[in-house]
Amino acid sequence: MAEYRRIEINEVGDVTVVHFKDPKIIEDMGIQELGQELFRLIEQENRLKLVLNFASVDFLSSAALGKLITLEKKAKALGGTLKLCNIRPEIYEVFLITRLNRLFDIKEDEAEALAAF
Amino acid sequence: MSADNWIWQLDRIIPSTAEDCRDVVEELLDQLRQRNWDERDLFGIHLSCEEALMNALKHGNRMDASKKIEVSCRISDDKVRVEIADEGEGFDPEAIPDPTDDEYLDMPSGRGVMLMRNFMTRVEYLEGGTRVVMEKERS
Repeated sequence: MAEYRRIEINEVGDVTVVHFKDPKIIEDMGIQELGQELFRLIEQENRLKLVLNFASVDFLSSAALGKLITLEKKAKALGGTLKLCNIRPEIYEVFLITRLNRLFDIKEDEAEALAAF
Repeated sequence: MSADNWIWQLDRIIPSTAEDCRDVVEELLDQLRQRNWDERDLFGIHLSCEEALMNALKHGNRMDASKKIEVSCRISDDKVRVEIADEGEGFDPEAIPDPTDDEYLDMPSGRGVMLMRNFMTRVEYLEGGTRVVMEKERS
């Protein structure tokens, strides 16, 4: 199993659930590493059904949103599916303001995200 | 209450590093927490400062550690003001494409200024875009 510094993963059936280790996704190098680890999941490990669980995340910047957008594009290009869940209200407001709630499939919690595949 | 009744202020000229930027933001947030500002206000101020400082650092000073960022913060009982200036060439904030347009929705960058404008009460660019003044009224 690959080692990750920024994420923790577990498998539920054929779905990979991703948890974030950093409560604040803010620091530039951290965001770069996070992006590389997320991209590796779909590009090298062929995990094409992903749930990103934001339960542990209480802050993220627009640079982090950029990585999520790139991940969504990469997943789509490879026929994969990405779902987001457990997003705290303040961060969800960021998705609403930027209309990224239209780009991403956002579910209330992990159970709902898993049921949506 | 007059906006001039500041009860805390910080004026600092810092090197163009993310660590220095973050230290200033944390100092401001600590002061607001001590004054019991609510979490949603803190989130918006945090996000706006982070976006404005990263713009100054990356787009303004282009990560050149020899260039400085000037930061001024003021807190009153009901308002916070943050002013950030870089040594870059400036930019026209009106020229940034609307990231919520369908055409730009999946662009990975270009959302910082929009978020600042949504979370703060007032955002004004001065001096050709090298200086931004942001204010947030307490909820």
